[in-house]
Amino acid sequence: MNNYKKSVSHSRKALPLALAIAMAGIGAGSTGAAVAAENGKFRVGVVTFLSGPAAGPFGEPSANAAKVLVEGLNQGKLPAPYDKLGINGAEIEMVIIDEAGGAAKQVEEFRNLVQRQKVDAVVGYISSGDCLAIAPVAEELGAMTVFYDCGTSQLFSEDKTPQFVFRTSLDAAVDNIGAARYLAKTRPDAVRVGGIQQNYAWGQDSWNDFTLSMAQIMPKSQVVESQMPKVFQGQYGAEISALSVKRPDIIHSSFWGGDMEALVLQANSRGLLEDATAVLTCGESALARYKDQAPNGMIIGGRGPFGAFAPENALNTWFTQAYQSAYKAAPTYPASKMAQAILGLKFAAENAKAEAGTIPAPLEMAKAFKGATFESVSGTVQMARAGGHQAMQGIAYGEYHYDAASKQGSVQNVIAFAGECVTPPDGTTAHDWIKAGFPGAQCN
Amino acid sequence: MLSLYAVLIDGAIYASWLFLVAAGLTVIYGVMRILNMAHGSFYAIGAYAAASLVGWYFNNGVGPVWVGYLMMLGCALAAGLVVGLLIERGLLRFMYGRDEVLMVIITYALLLILEDAMKMIWGVNPYFAYQPYAEMGRSVLAGLKVSNYDLMLVGVSLVLGLGLWLWLERTHQGKVLRAVIHDREVALAMGVNVRRVFTLVFVLGTVLGTLAGALTAPAISVAPGIGVEIIVLAFAVVVIGGMGSIEGAALGALLVGLSRAAAVHYAPQFELFVIYGVMALVLAVRPQGLFGRVLARKI
Repeated sequence: MNNYKKSVSHSRKALPLALAIAMAGIGAGSTGAAVAAENGKFRVGVVTFLSGPAAGPFGEPSANAAKVLVEGLNQGKLPAPYDKLGINGAEIEMVIIDEAGGAAKQVEEFRNLVQRQKVDAVVGYISSGDCLAIAPVAEELGAMTVFYDCGTSQLFSEDKTPQFVFRTSLDAAVDNIGAARYLAKTRPDAVRVGGIQQNYAWGQDSWNDFTLSMAQIMPKSQVVESQMPKVFQGQYGAEISALSVKRPDIIHSSFWGGDMEALVLQANSRGLLEDATAVLTCGESALARYKDQAPNGMIIGGRGPFGAFAPENALNTWFTQAYQSAYKAAPTYPASKMAQAILGLKFAAENAKAEAGTIPAPLEMAKAFKGATFESVSGTVQMARAGGHQAMQGIAYGEYHYDAASKQGSVQNVIAFAGECVTPPDGTTAHDWIKAGFPGAQCN
Repeated sequence: MLSLYAVLIDGAIYASWLFLVAAGLTVIYGVMRILNMAHGSFYAIGAYAAASLVGWYFNNGVGPVWVGYLMMLGCALAAGLVVGLLIERGLLRFMYGRDEVLMVIITYALLLILEDAMKMIWGVNPYFAYQPYAEMGRSVLAGLKVSNYDLMLVGVSLVLGLGLWLWLERTHQGKVLRAVIHDREVALAMGVNVRRVFTLVFVLGTVLGTLAGALTAPAISVAPGIGVEIIVLAFAVVVIGGMGSIEGAALGALLVGLSRAAAVHYAPQFELFVIYGVMALVLAVRPQGLFGRVLARKI
C-alpha cells in the first residue's frame, strides 16, 4: 500500500549538495610525480596559473616566458651579463606547477617541490594569498624562493625578518601611487573620481591606496562612486549605469583578466569611456586584444616597467624577439616579470661564490641576493626594500592608442616615475606613508 | 530620479540574462528531476563556440553583420544538439531512476570533464568576439546610455519565455510533457514514451544553455571558469521561482535582477548579499519556491 506524505519533494536532499558543490568551484589540479633528481642540474620550480581565469592573461605568458628564458640560458644565448650557460654553469631543469587550487594546496605543492622533487629554488606565485601562505613555509624549509608577481603590501610586514624569501615584483601600492601621479601630470583638472574594483583584498587595497594617494596628490578630487562587484562576475551593466549617473571625470579600476576586458567593452559600448577617462592599473596585459573597443586616451599601466613599458636594452630586445618568435605575440607584463625573477635568481646563484658548474646552497644564494642590484629586461633592479628582499623600481603609465590601419594598439604619452618617488620606505606601511604625504619621496 | 530609471532598466536587462541562463536548468529539473550541474558547462560551450566562430567571421571580414548573428544562433543550436544528445544517449539514459543526489554527483563529474575538455579544445587564452555587441550601437533611455544588444536580450528573453510557456500549455507535446512532470509512472502507464520525452527535454535544456552562452559571449571575455561562475546564480534564480517552473524562473530572475540593480545603485556593499537575501526570504516563506508545487512523495 502506498502511503502519501506531504513533502517538499526529494530535491531538498539534492539541492544543498548541488549548491555546496557549485560554491566549492573547481579546484582540480595535479601534483607532479616525485622525482628526487640529483643529476647536477639546477632544478627550478616554476609556479603559475595554468588553469582557471588567471591562466590566460597571466599564467600562460608567465610560463611561456619561463620556457623562453630557460631555453635561452641553457643554450647560452642571452646577452651579458647573463651569457654564462644555465645557472652558474649548471643546466637548468624546470618543474612547472599549476597555481590553481588555493593556498592550502599550494603549500602542499611547495613542500613537495622542495622536499621530494629537491628543487634548488622556487620562482612563482601570482596570488597574494598564495605568497602569504608560502613565505613562512619557505623560511621554515630554508628554500630559496622568488615571488615574481604577487603584490600584497603585507608580505614583508608578516615576514618581518626574511632570509630566503625575495620579491622581484613591486608592491601593489606602487601601482596606485603611480596612477595618481600620472593623473596629476596629465589630467590636473579632473575632480570627480569613480572606481570599480573586484570585491576581494586586491580590489579593496588598490582602491584604498588610490583614493588615499589622490587625496594627497590631487586634493581637490572627490570620490563620487565606488563599485565592488564580485570577482569574475562578467556582466557590469548596473555598475556602469551607477557610474554613469554620477558623471565622473576619472574611473579607476584594478580589474584584471576577462573582467577587465569585459568592463572595457561594455563601458565603451555604452559611452561611459567617452565621458570619463578610465585608469586601468593592469591594463597593459590586454594591449593586443582591445583593438577598437577601447577608446584612445584610456590610461593603462603594466604594474612596473614591464611589457610595453619595458625600456630598450639588450636584454629586453633579446627577450622580446625570442618570445615573439616562439609564441607569435609580444610579451605582456606578466611575461616580463617572470623573466625578471629568473634573471634575479641567476644573478644570486652566480654571485654566491660557488665553484662554476656547482649549485650554491640556498643560504649563499640568499646572501648574494640580499640588497643586490641586477640588470633585467625592465632595466636595473635594486633589491632596496624590506631589508634587501623587495625590489624597488619605477613605474610608468601611458595612454592606449589604436591604429586602424595596422590594427595594432600601442601605448603613448608614457610617463615614468622613479622608484624613490612611488615606493614606501622601510619601517613604514604604504598607508602611513601616503597619509603622511609621501615623506622622503624623490620625484622627477 | 535618473537612478530609479537606471534601476528599472538595469534590473530588466540583468533579469533577462538570468532567465536565459536559468531556463534550461529549470526545464530539465521540471521533467527529469535532475539538478544539472553541467548546465554551467553548456553555457560555456555555447559561449566558446560563438566567440570562436563569430570572432573568426568578423576578424576576417567575411560578410555582412547579420550573418554573424545567425552564426551565433546556429552554433549555439548545433553545439547544444550535439552535446545534449551525446550526454543523454551516452550517459544519462543509463542512470535514470537513480537517487537525485547521485545524479547531482554525476552531473558535477560531467562539469569537471567538460571544463577540461574545453581547455583542451580552446586553451586558456580568452576569446573576445565583441563585434555583435558593438555593431548594434546604443540608445538613450531616460537619460541613460544603454547598449542595443542588451535591449535585444530583453526581447529574446521575452520571446523565449513566452514560447516555452505556449509550448508547454498549448501544444499536444506540451501536454505530454506536463503529464510526465505531474506523474511519470501514470504517464508511462498511459502510453507516453517517457524515455523519448527525457531525450527531447534534455536536448532542449542543453540548447537553452548553449544559447544563453552564445548570446552572452559578445559582451564578455570568454575565458576558463565562466560556466562555473553562473551555476550558483542560476540555481538561486530557479530555487526562488520554484524548481522546474518556467514562470517561476522568470519571476525569480526579475526579483533578483531588480534587487541587485537597486543594491548596486543605492547600497553597493550589499550587491552580492541581496541575491541570496532574496532567496533566503522567499524560501523562509515558501520553501518550495514561488511557483513550486508541494509534492506528495510515494513511500
